[in-house]
Amino acid sequence: MRTTEKIDGYDLSTSDTEEVHVLAVDDSLVDRKVIERLLRISSCKVTAVDSGRRALQYLGLDEEIQKKETNGFDGLKVDLIITDYCMPGMTGYELLKKVKESSAFREIPVVIMSSENVIARIDRCLEEGAEDFIVKPVKLSDVKRIIDYTTTELREGEQREGARARRRGINKRKQREGDDDLSSSPPSTLSSSTSSSPSSSIQSATAPLSPSTLDSPTRRLKMTSSE
Amino acid sequence: MELVQIQRRLVDYTKSLFMEGFLDAQFLQLQQLQDDSNPDFVFEVVSLFFEDSEKLLNELTIALDQPNVDFKKIDSHVHQLKGSSSSIGAQRVKNACIAFRNYCDVQNIEGCLTCLQQVKQECYLVKNKFETLFRLEQQIMASGGSVPTIELGF
Repeated sequence: MRTTEKIDGYDLSTSDTEEVHVLAVDDSLVDRKVIERLLRISSCKVTAVDSGRRALQYLGLDEEIQKKETNGFDGLKVDLIITDYCMPGMTGYELLKKVKESSAFREIPVVIMSSENVIARIDRCLEEGAEDFIVKPVKLSDVKRIIDYTTTELREGEQREGARARRRGINKRKQREGDDDLSSSPPSTLSSSTSSSPSSSIQSATAPLSPSTLDSPTRRLKMTSSE
Repeated sequence: MELVQIQRRLVDYTKSLFMEGFLDAQFLQLQQLQDDSNPDFVFEVVSLFFEDSEKLLNELTIALDQPNVDFKKIDSHVHQLKGSSSSIGAQRVKNACIAFRNYCDVQNIEGCLTCLQQVKQECYLVKNKFETLFRLEQQIMASGGSVPTIELGF
């Protein structure tokens, strides 16, 4: 697990670099090396850890380790979590649940990887809020697909944020000029949270994603032979 | 031997590994991940696999030798080995692991012992294949040539 450096004065609340930062979780050393490379070659920043526990620690969600920092996390903002399903200790499913239960991190898309092509398992993960489910072994096209729609969602999220910020700016100006002709719609309608979900697909587990989900597990189930 | 001949040798050898089922398409995925910035990627991953598999095979040998065999533990180890062999495209190892797990499921010790031998054998065989592959690659690099890539449509 790499150590993270504090960067003074650096605004960590928005992803102002182009790169998606992925937290990869897998107990297998071989798989960790492969997923790390797959992500890097897809222009991502990667933090790879070997357990769900360490993933939670990295996020600052581990109950036993209290985070002293006010912003709650120790390193770069995580844009995507990709985790193996079968891991000793905490499974990928349990990690998924913990992330989705947390108010700070539930918006982060979580992708599950598994060598077992079991419909019940896939369904359970999607119902719990998983963004997608990749059947191992992971291929470059799988990673590219996921990074593509994560990037799109991030960009759309920022555009929405930008629009909200502009509206906030306009309202503030009007308030300063006086309230007489203002059919006051105070900023309370605008969310002050910067972590609002950019994507409707996160809310509904079965909502259709981009057309590239033709390649997603449910189609793959029909194509691959069962093990 | 001339560079072109070694390169031809490498291509033919690699193709034969696919034909004989030692390797599958996932190995080509790994090769795609290798480039000038990561010139030894395949070698590194494959080496990791053999370190990992050696440990797992030892654990399996010990576990099957116990008076009370812990099938859950054995299944877990075989699952791991299946996963990592699948990730590097070592198809025959992977298939041997699948058979192994089936015997685990029904708690058949004899079947498990046979499968363990099978898996060990497949690991040994594919290790030799990889060693030959890497040796040919090194010869090519040493002669100043580049390693030819294989398309899947052969």
